[in-house]
Amino acid sequence: MTSTYSRSRLWKIKKYLLSGIVYVFVIGVTIPVILLYALLFITSFSVDMEGIIPKGLTLNNWKVIITGEIEVPGAEYTYPNLYLVMGNTFLLAITVAAAEVFFASLAGYAISRFKFRGRSQLLGLILVLHAFPGVALLIAIFYILNVLGLYDTLLGVFIIKVALDLPLGIWIMKGFFDSVPWDLEMSALIDGCNRFQAWWKVLLPSVRNGLMAVLIFGFLSGWSEFIYILTFISSQRYWTLSMLVYAFTSGEYFYIRPGVTAAIAIMYMIPVIIFFLFAQKYLLRIQIAGKGVV
Amino acid sequence: MLFYFVPVVLTVLISFTNMDYSFRWNWIGVENYIKIVTDPWMPKILANTFFYVFATLTCFNVGLALVLSLITTHINEKVGAAIRAIWLLPRITPSTVYVLLWLWACRRESTSLFNWLLGFFGFKPINWRLEHPWLLVIFINGFIGVSFGMIIFTAALKSIGNDVIWAAKVDGASTWQLIRYVELPLIKWPLLFVLAYQTLSLFTSYEYILLATGGGPGLYTTEVWALYVYDLAFRQYGGIVYFGYGAALSAILVVIGVTMSVIYLKVFRFRELMIEPKIEVG
Repeated sequence: MTSTYSRSRLWKIKKYLLSGIVYVFVIGVTIPVILLYALLFITSFSVDMEGIIPKGLTLNNWKVIITGEIEVPGAEYTYPNLYLVMGNTFLLAITVAAAEVFFASLAGYAISRFKFRGRSQLLGLILVLHAFPGVALLIAIFYILNVLGLYDTLLGVFIIKVALDLPLGIWIMKGFFDSVPWDLEMSALIDGCNRFQAWWKVLLPSVRNGLMAVLIFGFLSGWSEFIYILTFISSQRYWTLSMLVYAFTSGEYFYIRPGVTAAIAIMYMIPVIIFFLFAQKYLLRIQIAGKGVV
Repeated sequence: MLFYFVPVVLTVLISFTNMDYSFRWNWIGVENYIKIVTDPWMPKILANTFFYVFATLTCFNVGLALVLSLITTHINEKVGAAIRAIWLLPRITPSTVYVLLWLWACRRESTSLFNWLLGFFGFKPINWRLEHPWLLVIFINGFIGVSFGMIIFTAALKSIGNDVIWAAKVDGASTWQLIRYVELPLIKWPLLFVLAYQTLSLFTSYEYILLATGGGPGLYTTEVWALYVYDLAFRQYGGIVYFGYGAALSAILVVIGVTMSVIYLKVFRFRELMIEPKIEVG
């Protein structure tokens, strides 16, 4: 009797110990991620940092919001106005998102509903394109932009961005259109809608989630774009926030006024944080959609 | 589609020239491809690329992703979901901000985050970017890579029917036995998929290395194939750019990328996803 009792107790202790170790492991590997973001947040409100502990709190770093003028002591060149940079970033993000939603919903619908020659080849191609090494096209794109006179314009970056993001957008939308029962569309057609009206009035509202996913994906993708800006933009007046943050941290001005850099980086992260808090299901969808596993 | 075919054809064409900023088409035949074989830096860059892909893949994109998804599906559901959400953050943070955070945390001063933490254990401050560039590169990429595998593994684990789990439990399987003999065999395909897909995306990735170390410190310490292409074409050391040679290296990258994707298409039976529409109207 006693032996059974102690054995079961021993087993229980072992079980608690094991799950304790598991929890410590999970929290241990996750804490660096949390610390990194805490570091950013605290840095923006402090004079100087010692590890994660602020040495003197201040709001001075955030003064940059008032005028948008960025001053770097001892810097030989000036930075563009913060509001200009933010405006560029927003313009690029919103136009990329709008264009991707428009084209992806049309193409996704066509691929989901119409039978045409080469349809499955086209689908396979879209998947292959999605896995296409972007770096491999940079040189050719550079050449094309130069020929078209679009080098150093936001329009050029916008076109490349939409073209290269579209395969994923189309794939997401195709998945959503596939899940809408054909009967729904059929009844709209019987009730006297034409194909376009059925698409506009009946189908689009029922793939709202897909449209949201593509919209968020397009916005974040345009908002965060860095490589194309670095490569295809040379004038400061077309800089986006990614380029500004990069300029702060590269070369000789690395870590001058970290508080201001942190404040700007936080402003840069606002849409990301909003989507993270309120639209996580879309983000998850974007992560796995178009990779052939949904 | 035009946006892909024109650049691909152009890339191949440019790879047979020695084009630079003047954009003149000087045809030099296969010289660029011979140059790839004879390039004295090539062995180093190849070794770097394989090391980078292998280390990041095994430690993070598949390894840690699998461990985290197994753990977060076995512990309290809410805690598990919260942990998975946190791991999504690096993926959606703009690349420049994300790398900035790492560079700050890894500054050489004793007050930087990691050196400060290590200070409690009596370690001397370490200049991470200079002394352990590979560690930095792999961690930066790995922390982003975890989320993809984790989401797919978690979805696969959750789709395992409760009847299977209960059957195993009734038969007296411990949690470890459940994972080892029931769950792992059942998620074999998602596992292979993530392995294959992430191999390709790591192979062609360079943005975060460019931001973190720029291929340095020194000459090509952390330079990988894709970054080498970028450097040849767009980082003008002494005003010389090599569009032709870069395009030749790109063309090989395209061939590898497309071949691998086509193999995935066959192996993972993506065709099933491409079923023809059931009813067809005009």
